[in-house]
This record gives sequence, C-alpha cells and structure tokens, in this order.
Amino acid sequence: MKFENTTLDNGLQIIAEVNDEAFSQSLGYFVKTGSRDEVPEMGGVSHFLEHMVFKGTDKRSAEDVNRELDELGAQSNAYTCEDQTVYYMSILPDQQTRAIDLLTDLMRPALRTSDFETEKNVILEEIAMYDDAPPYGSMERCMESFYGIHPLAIRVLGTPQTVTDLDPEEMRAYHHDRYAPDNLCLVATGSVDFDGLVKQAEKLTKSWKPSGFKRVSTLPKHGCVELQFQHAPAVQQYTFELSQGVSRNDPRRHAYRLLATVLGDDSGSRAFWALVDPGLAESAGMFAHEYDECGILGLYLTCTPEDTQSNWDALVSIVRKETSKKISERELTVAKNKICSSLVLSSERPGNRLFTVGNAMTLRGVYETVDQSIENYRRVSLDAVHDAWEDYITQGGARVTIGPELDVLR
Amino acid sequence: MAEAESITAPDISHIHRMSNGLTLVAEPMPWLRSAAFTLLVPAGTRSEPEGLQGLCGMTLDLAQRGAGKRNSRQIVEDLDYMGVERSSSCSTFHTSFSVACVAESLNETLEIYADMVLRPHMPEDEVDESRQTALQELLSIEDDPSQKVFTQLKNLRYGAQFGRSPYGSMEGLESVALEAMVDYHAGRYIPDGAILAVAGKFEWDEIKAIVEKLFSDWKSIETAPAEAVQIHTGVQHLQHESSQTHIALAYDCVPYQHPAFYQSRGLISVLSDGMSSRLFSEVREKRGLVYTVSASCQTIGNQGSVLTYAGTTGARAQETLDVTIETIKSLGNGISEGELSRLKARVKSSLVMEQESSTSRSSQIATDWYYLKRVPNRKQVLAEIESLTCESLLEHFQQFPPKGWGLVTMGPEPVVLAEDLISAASTSSGQCVDETTSLTDNLKSITSNSTLAKSTPAKGATR
Repeated sequence: MKFENTTLDNGLQIIAEVNDEAFSQSLGYFVKTGSRDEVPEMGGVSHFLEHMVFKGTDKRSAEDVNRELDELGAQSNAYTCEDQTVYYMSILPDQQTRAIDLLTDLMRPALRTSDFETEKNVILEEIAMYDDAPPYGSMERCMESFYGIHPLAIRVLGTPQTVTDLDPEEMRAYHHDRYAPDNLCLVATGSVDFDGLVKQAEKLTKSWKPSGFKRVSTLPKHGCVELQFQHAPAVQQYTFELSQGVSRNDPRRHAYRLLATVLGDDSGSRAFWALVDPGLAESAGMFAHEYDECGILGLYLTCTPEDTQSNWDALVSIVRKETSKKISERELTVAKNKICSSLVLSSERPGNRLFTVGNAMTLRGVYETVDQSIENYRRVSLDAVHDAWEDYITQGGARVTIGPELDVLR
Repeated sequence: MAEAESITAPDISHIHRMSNGLTLVAEPMPWLRSAAFTLLVPAGTRSEPEGLQGLCGMTLDLAQRGAGKRNSRQIVEDLDYMGVERSSSCSTFHTSFSVACVAESLNETLEIYADMVLRPHMPEDEVDESRQTALQELLSIEDDPSQKVFTQLKNLRYGAQFGRSPYGSMEGLESVALEAMVDYHAGRYIPDGAILAVAGKFEWDEIKAIVEKLFSDWKSIETAPAEAVQIHTGVQHLQHESSQTHIALAYDCVPYQHPAFYQSRGLISVLSDGMSSRLFSEVREKRGLVYTVSASCQTIGNQGSVLTYAGTTGARAQETLDVTIETIKSLGNGISEGELSRLKARVKSSLVMEQESSTSRSSQIATDWYYLKRVPNRKQVLAEIESLTCESLLEHFQQFPPKGWGLVTMGPEPVVLAEDLISAASTSSGQCVDETTSLTDNLKSITSNSTLAKSTPAKGATR
C-alpha cells in the first residue's frame, strides 16, 4: 500500500492509495461544494448540478455518457451532501485511461437548458419520494431548526420551490466557481497507475483555471426549540433531537463517536437494551456527525405515537441523566472493537477506501492508513469519553417529531 | 475481453455433505482479512400454520435471545466484542443468517450460531418482547410505500401460503404462543436441506473439522415435501395519501435453476442494469417521469418473476406504467450489439469485484448450491455470459414472452393495466424453491464507515 499526493499547476490535487494486489480500481472527483455552500434562495443547486453533470458535455451527449459508463463495466454513481459533491466509479484496472477521460470530461458539463427542464422533473420526483418515506423529512426539519440562518440548515435536495425557481444561468455561474481545479480533488484507490493518472489529468485539465473559491465557515448560533408536525398517512412516530457535538478537526471527535456507540448504537448499546430489545421501539439511538466548524450529537426514536412520550423520556434519561452509571472499560472496548472491525471489513474493497481516503483528504486535509484510523479509536481513554458525556449533558437540543397526530410529545 | 484466468484468482469451492444432511460449501479467499458465512435453515414462512403468520420471524428472534452457554445479552455482547456484522431474515422457504467478521473470529462466531440453531433457550419471559419487536417491524413496512407494494404484490402473485410476508400479520403475531415457536423450531430447524456457505480467509481442513464438531449433534427428521407454487395474476390498488404513486409490476420469466436463466437475466440487464439501460433511459432520462425505476428477478418455486418498480407523482402514474410496459415489450424488437457488449462488460467487472467481498461470495455460493446443487466458478459463469448473442436473447424473449402480469399500486389514484394484459394472464405451477437475487444483485458493497451509516438517517442524496 503506497500513498501518492501531487498538485497540478492549476491547483488540482490528485491523490491515490495504491495497492498493486487489488483486483479493481476506484476513481472519484471530490468537489468541495455542497448544500452548505449555497445561498438559501438557490437551495438544492449543488445536487441539481450533480444530476446535470450526467447530461453530457461539449464532446458527449447524455446517451454517450450513460453508454460509456456502462461500457466500462463501471459501478458508478454520484452523491451530494452538505460538504461536497462526489462522482465515483469502480472499474477494472485496464480501463483506467478511458475512465479518467470520461470522468474528467464530466466535470465540464454542457448544462443545456432543454436538459435542465427535464431533469428538474426528476429532482421534484426525488423530493416527492423522500416525502413519502420515513422519517418524512423530520431530519431536515430538525437541521433547519437547529442551524437557523447558518447554511447547514439548507436542505441538500432543496425544496420544490427553490428547485422550480432555479435558473440555468445561475447554475452555470455556480459551476464555474465551484468546479474550478483548485476546488476539486481527484482520488484513486486500488490497483492504480499513478504516474499515468497524473500525466493524463494534467493534459486533460490544462485549460482549466483556478477560481480561488474558499468556503466561508462561521460558527452557528443554535436554535433549541421543540417542534411537532403531522403526516396523516404515517403509522409510526419519528423523533429527532440534535445537540452540539464537535467538529471534524476536533481531537475529541473519536471520543464523541465512542460515546454515541456506547449509549446509542443499534446493537448492544444502553438504548438498545432499554428500548429496542424489549420491542418498545422500532429504533432508538444516538449518533455523532461532524462538519468543518461544528458537529452534531443526535438522538432518534421510532415507535408508536402512544409510546413516544414514555420511550422518549427513557431515552433522554439514559443519555442525559444517568451519568452516574459510569461507562465500564468493557463497554468502551466493545465500542472500539465494533468501529475498528467495521473499518477493517469495509477496507477490503477499493470502492469503500475511496470514500475514506477521499473524505479524509478533502475534509480534513490528511491521509490515514486503516491501521492509523484504528489507532485513533484504540487510544481514546475512558476519561475522554466521560468528559465528552459531561459536555453533552450541558447542551440543549432542537427536537422535531412527526407522525399521524399532533401533541404526542411534551 | 481478457481470459478469465488473467482477471481472477483461482476459485475452488469445497463441498462437504454431513451425514445428517447439512451441506458445507466453502470457498477460501486467502487474500482477504475477513471471513463471512451464510447459513440457510429450511424454516420459511410457507411452513407457518394458517393463522400464525409471523411465527417464522418470531421464532428467529426468540432463538437469538439465549442459546447454549450464553443468555440473550451475552450473545449480543460476545458478537459485538468481536465486531461481527450480522443480519438474519425469513423468506418463503428459509430462515437465513448472514454474518461477516475478521478472520480470527470466525470459529467462535460459528459456535454462537450453531448454538442458536441447535440449542436456543426459547425463554418464556422474552416471548412478549419478541412479539413487540415483530410488531414494530410490521408497522415500519406500513410506513414505507415502496416496500409495502412489494409485500402486497407477493401476496397477490403467490397466494395465501407462498405469498406470505416475512413480517407476518397483526392477527398472526398476536396469536403466536411459546409452544408454537418451540414446535416450529423442532420441526423446521433441521439439517436436511440446510446449507452453510463460508467464504473468506480460512483453511478448508480446519473449517470442515469445526463444522463437523459444531453441527454433528443436529438431528434430522422427516418433513413433507412442499406443495406446488401457483401463480395468480391480477391488479390491486391501495389507496394512500402519498405524494407519489408507487407501482410494482410482475411478469413471468424462467427461474434461477433453468438452463436458460442467463438469457433471462441478460434481458433484465438490458432493461434495467446501468444508466444506459432501457428503463432508465426511456422512463427517467428521456421523459423525466421518475427518480427511481428498476427491474430485478426473483425465483420462488420453479417460478421466476421479473419485478419492476417505479415511483411517480399522481398525474404521471398512468404514463409511467404505460412507458414501462412498452419498454419491456420493446425487447421483442431485438437487442443491439452495444447492449450485449455492455452487459458482458458489466458481468465481467462484477465477477472480478466479487473477489473483494467475502460477504458477496458467501451469499452467492449459498444461492448457487441451493438452486443448482453445484457452484459454478468464475470461468464457467464468464463462459455462459460470453455465449449470449443478440439472436439468443431475442429467441429467448420470443420463447418466453412476458405473461402472467400482476400489478399493485399504492397512492392517491389507481392506474389501469391494459385489458389484453389482464386477459393474457395465465397460471403456472412448479416445484418449490426459494427467492433469490441474481448474481449482480448480490454484488453490493459492504457499507463503508458502517457504524455511522447504520445508525444515522441517510445523509445526502445519490444520483
């Protein structure tokens, strides 16, 4: 396993974790722009643009793009989240040259107005699909309430209104700024010819100009209100609460994740034994998630509306009130083993390593081997986890519940 | 296309049939750090007594609440301590356990699963907890229209016995008592017909000895053979105040064990695999009717089915269904050389990437053994795929044209299935075997960073 890292004159960073023993290769462009880099009126533009990227370039029609992706035998897709937009594929190593040619060309989409209108319908269908599926937008509503005017409140998909109002010209300007080479990272994992990759990328992106775009990070001012919504067709009640966690650059983040695992993992945690194992709730737990300048410790609960109040009280009691029930060395070890085993199992595929390696570089500016990632969890002390817990219970939270009726939760 | 040998490592499956009937199928993948197994026990929903729908799932849950020397909590703690990733589920013919771990933990993990299957405590004081857990799962399906339509379609298509939901029914779950679970376990958790498929980093001689030791006490008993599966056709609409209309459509195809299955699978691939597939291109790319449209295949008994799904907002539901059916019929106009070569490229890369996942491989060899009583190696699968031609695919389509249509929709308004499709409905029957997914369906990657992925709501959106 060898790590490679270079930056072209135009600012495009290219990294690879090369493993000559691997059967396959994975490639991805990580674009450092997501919903948090949008203005509210253009909410959803990053995600809409991600769809439009597959609609063709000056050299390729939409059919060409889809056909070539399939000709490569590629497992390919793209996703957009708060922080970034990622285009990726897993291929056989002998397809590297063709794959880079295609993927790089995609970063310069034609953004034709006619395609824009057709694809708008697809996005509206995607929003409608999530409206019909649990947890019925409650997480998004909770983010809006928790982050207020901070851009992390903007929905990844946007709203039907912001998507409908989007104009192709606005999207073109957004693309020009954000898909500049100094805001992209080309990542490769598995069986990779790195020198070939760099030479080809250099040639293909020669005319690309840096834009100097830099994300603006400001600390959020958190809203801590409790909201209830009705979704009449629902049977179950879905509840989220978000509280302040730590950022992805904070050295305490591993302790926070371990805390969430001990208290609220979906198997063997304190919440699991109290609520899920006895069948009181369909799911109940805690999770940690990090952003550049802040983070989340969240609670979730799914159960019948009738049991929501008592289950919620029990969950809150476990995570906020019962701090005298100290975490044991054994509980911490189990939590570490779960996370570390999962790191090892997922690392077997270059397709999984792509995201771990790519995210670490684009979001935190570092490279870590699997063993280093494991060590980051292994060395967390029990005291550090208890400190994280003490911190957490002083934080308020924003809560959203949605279900068939109102007034199920005080 | 490169020769199979140059793109793959040697794949040798070992088969060992124990005297009690359990078959061990094992494929060493020494380049991995993990090992995975799939254990299929011949306890499926079709053998639930009438009125006790959900018994299969409740028995599975209770069997995990203490077994051998461990109580419920110790089982979870020991598996978590070893970082074992696991799931279990019920289907028409089987209860299945799917497990992945780091190679060093394989033996102890197998020991725990042998206990669950052979020596569960079936604790009386946890029966209500099992029932509550099952009720929660049943309610969760009610809230997810895209799952609910398929639960309903299975029921419509396969009838009362073979079309049962793995989640049971409200009345069934209320009626299940401890005694029924103990009886069901004694009568259906049996080695004859059970399959243990192991893939990953292990030594064959060692695993064989361990499995012999762990499972040799398992006693076989006589069971009646399954009755024939009958296919029913028809149309059903579930009124639901959702934004989208969810459309689940089924028609006949050849089953997994049929000699022409690769032809059938090839046609589904042309329809739905990849972004240049016909459904994606006609329904989504050209018309923007949907976000999701897909087709897959399923085998129950000797009956194969193509299942398609599309979700679209009310006003466009009829057009979506019409275009979907037209696109299916368009296979009869022939398959292009380009479509054929893309299909081959996709299978080739899937076969290569399957070597990176012990989980995918263990699931695949369990499926192969169940249906085929053999495990084709990668070279053989590749040869089968290479032998497909545009002519053979078209011929297959003409020989087995879509028929036996079933349609379930859920949403604000019903849609109409053309008269000629309803009247062309025919009934077919066959021997009983179980649901399966196809080769490419099995090649899903293990979720990266799964601790977060498991416990948090989906973040972000994929294409």
